[in-house]
Amino acid sequence: MNPDSVIDAASWILIVLGSGFCVIGALGLLRMPDFYTRMHAASLVDTLGAWLLLLGMMLQAGFSLVTVKLIFVAMLLFFTGPTATHALARAARARGLEPMAKDNPESGQTDERQTPS
Amino acid sequence: MRLVSTFLVLFAFWLLLSGFFTAFLMLAGIGSALAVVLFARRMDVVDHEGHPIHLAPRALLVYWPWLAKEIVKSACTVASIIIRPSLPISPTLVRVRATQKSDVGRTTFANSITLTPGTLSVEVGENEFLVHALTREGANELAAGDMDRRVTAFERSL
Repeated sequence: MNPDSVIDAASWILIVLGSGFCVIGALGLLRMPDFYTRMHAASLVDTLGAWLLLLGMMLQAGFSLVTVKLIFVAMLLFFTGPTATHALARAARARGLEPMAKDNPESGQTDERQTPS
Repeated sequence: MRLVSTFLVLFAFWLLLSGFFTAFLMLAGIGSALAVVLFARRMDVVDHEGHPIHLAPRALLVYWPWLAKEIVKSACTVASIIIRPSLPISPTLVRVRATQKSDVGRTTFANSITLTPGTLSVEVGENEFLVHALTREGANELAAGDMDRRVTAFERSL
């Protein structure tokens, strides 16, 4: 098999997988019951979704300036993504939004609400 | 030393984003990089935390591959939880011990927790983080302290 078509196939597989993770993340964002659990679903899009897409695009671009730029985009996501997520979670908690948790060491009592099944 | 490497990184970044190699644009790039280095020096932000070059080899070769593996593993777990119709989640808040000594170490640990799907650092303290986990298993795994040990080992290598 011709190496170009192998790389092309690999890149399409990565792009499709990355898109899949983005779609699942979006689905999770809708299905999850509260703010904090929704953020977990969003982090799927942030990490694997974005990285698989970028990796697939790097294979499409080959050894070029575009690939280096894509690596910079990936690094930017790698460092800013968790910072933004943490800031959001911390702000929500500072404003008194209690997570729907079975055992919460802060409130000292078990939460009555159940997760919908 | 740090100033020189900051300058080199900035200039490389300039070349990368411009992609033009004419004399005028190269000179403009050198000028801009120098100006940024001078401003950064005046602001006193070029220290071992703002520009941690000494961490790079170990970060690239040891810690990141392990972290990437963890992220892939837990992303698949979270994805399968979302797809399952019963949505088997058990949201848990845990306090996780953090044994890092420096702010860089603590930031690395907190960011690693947040990057891994299914766990999310909510509050960061001196020796303890408050972490929200999507499932109880995820919380237990984090509380067992494997990631904490690895980050501390990575931090010690400086």
